[in-house]
Amino acid sequence: MQNNRKLLGHIYMTVFLLYLLIPLLVMSGAAFNNSKLPTVIPWKGFTDQWFIAMWNDTRIWSALRNTVLVAIAVVVIAVPVGTAGAILVNSVGGRIRGVLYGMMVAPILIPGVVIGISTLLFWNQFSVSSGLHLSVLGQVSYIASFVMLLVLARLQSFDQGLEEAALDLGASHAQVMRRILLPHLYPALGAGAAIAFFQSIENFNVTLFTRGNADTLTVYVFSKVRSGITPTINALALLLILFTLGFAIWFELNRRRRARVESAREAEGRRAADAELA
Amino acid sequence: MEDLLRRYGMGLSLTFVGLTAFWLLVLVILPDFKLLESSFRPYLPVLEVGGPKDVYSLNNYRQIFGNTVDFGNFGLHFMIGARVKVFVLTIVYSAFVAFVTFVLAYPLAYYLAKVVSPRSVPTLFLLLFVPLWVSEVLRSFAWYIILTLKGPLNMLLMSLGVISKEIRWIEGYSPVVITLVYTYVLFMVFPLYNAMQSLDSNQIEAAEDLGAPWWRIHWRVILPHAKPGIASGAVMVFMLSAGSLLVPAILGSTTGNWFTQTIQGIMLEGQDWNTGAAFAFMLLIVCTLAVSVAMWIFRVKLSDIAK
Repeated sequence: MQNNRKLLGHIYMTVFLLYLLIPLLVMSGAAFNNSKLPTVIPWKGFTDQWFIAMWNDTRIWSALRNTVLVAIAVVVIAVPVGTAGAILVNSVGGRIRGVLYGMMVAPILIPGVVIGISTLLFWNQFSVSSGLHLSVLGQVSYIASFVMLLVLARLQSFDQGLEEAALDLGASHAQVMRRILLPHLYPALGAGAAIAFFQSIENFNVTLFTRGNADTLTVYVFSKVRSGITPTINALALLLILFTLGFAIWFELNRRRRARVESAREAEGRRAADAELA
Repeated sequence: MEDLLRRYGMGLSLTFVGLTAFWLLVLVILPDFKLLESSFRPYLPVLEVGGPKDVYSLNNYRQIFGNTVDFGNFGLHFMIGARVKVFVLTIVYSAFVAFVTFVLAYPLAYYLAKVVSPRSVPTLFLLLFVPLWVSEVLRSFAWYIILTLKGPLNMLLMSLGVISKEIRWIEGYSPVVITLVYTYVLFMVFPLYNAMQSLDSNQIEAAEDLGAPWWRIHWRVILPHAKPGIASGAVMVFMLSAGSLLVPAILGSTTGNWFTQTIQGIMLEGQDWNTGAAFAFMLLIVCTLAVSVAMWIFRVKLSDIAK
């Protein structure tokens, strides 16, 4: 009975993974089909022309450059802003904490369309015309919330006694920040930067309303899919999927290595403690 | 607050406060106020802005009642504005998407949290994450390819003999719902998994030893414990679906419009930013209500939802 249920679970997991992966495989497969329409059926033979067409499509490259620049700008603004917000929330108590926290979390729950339009209207009254700079500001408004949540979680495990000890020993405020608080926050800041980067690349709704005439990759792919679709997009999709996959594998290997180092360190610590007791 | 000053001094404290103020005021609160304010103003030529015609009114909001059509769902017939119909259907179908993702995600979350050995969980999560990281526009495009009239799904079903003639999938709301479920199901899996993982497995074993059938264990032990996860997942999926523009724009047809498409049409094609603001504000109200309802039904706090 127990084993049956376990088997059922394994089957469900497998089916679910297939459900998630097959559409991506179909899309990637169409990149190699020698057909003017993006499809795998009927299969008209293998071709690499769509990759060559993609390579020669200059708009893709300018869109890619825009996307990366916007993502970098978002990381540069959202990480300090979200971190400052987390430190602030962590240092107040009672009702103010609740209100502040609510205001910082709320942007995650605001639809992207609303963020895009409100950003556009707000800056337009100061005669700031639309463009990617507005996309950056719109994206930061909710991406900073993710950074804030990550940093706040990390702050929970922070021993404030360390800061007090450093202050008592004559460290300056800047030193406390740089040598004690920030090193403790590094993992959260790194994760925050990665999430901010990916969220920014993914973003469509905010960008669509604020971008002016500039293209980002998502907007460009979208306009291509809406108008004349060619398998060029499939070629691009395959490359993006491979990039994602590569990043995921790198991330996983990194995580395993860290876990190994950590467990080795823990074992070391235990041995040392035992030796001391004996 | 004094604590902050004592630890980081005046300069750093002011920096923290300044950055946070910039974020919350300049990027979030003031733009939303501007949105609200604009939504009451008429759409005028540039020269007349600020003139005698530029007065506050509810006219932009009334525009949702324009273009009446016959609304014939559920066996009832009544006249209703085309935009109201789209608005209502967007909410209904988004709620439906949230429900379907819950049904799909529940067994998976349970499997990840309680059945599979904890050692393989990170790898499984990674496998789940890969499709999540592939951009939404590509995932919608993938389903567009699958669902086209001469596409793989119809061919597969025909070769299996399930259907004898191609089904026109891209019609009405079903392709939008199918793709939204695919795109957002993982936003249900992760919060459910988090909630279930914190349940002590001994409680499940105790219920088993006392002779509870499996469905009662789920109904009385696991489901109640997973409530914050359900709330969080449902809110996220609902909001993302209702706010999605990519999926309906790629997979929608003339018979399957989404409210975000209405907003997009007014904003970008009609260039009527004030009416766009009014409609965007309505979408914001719906989402705020959805969060409040979920918090009330599941009796959870905002901090449980935003994880």
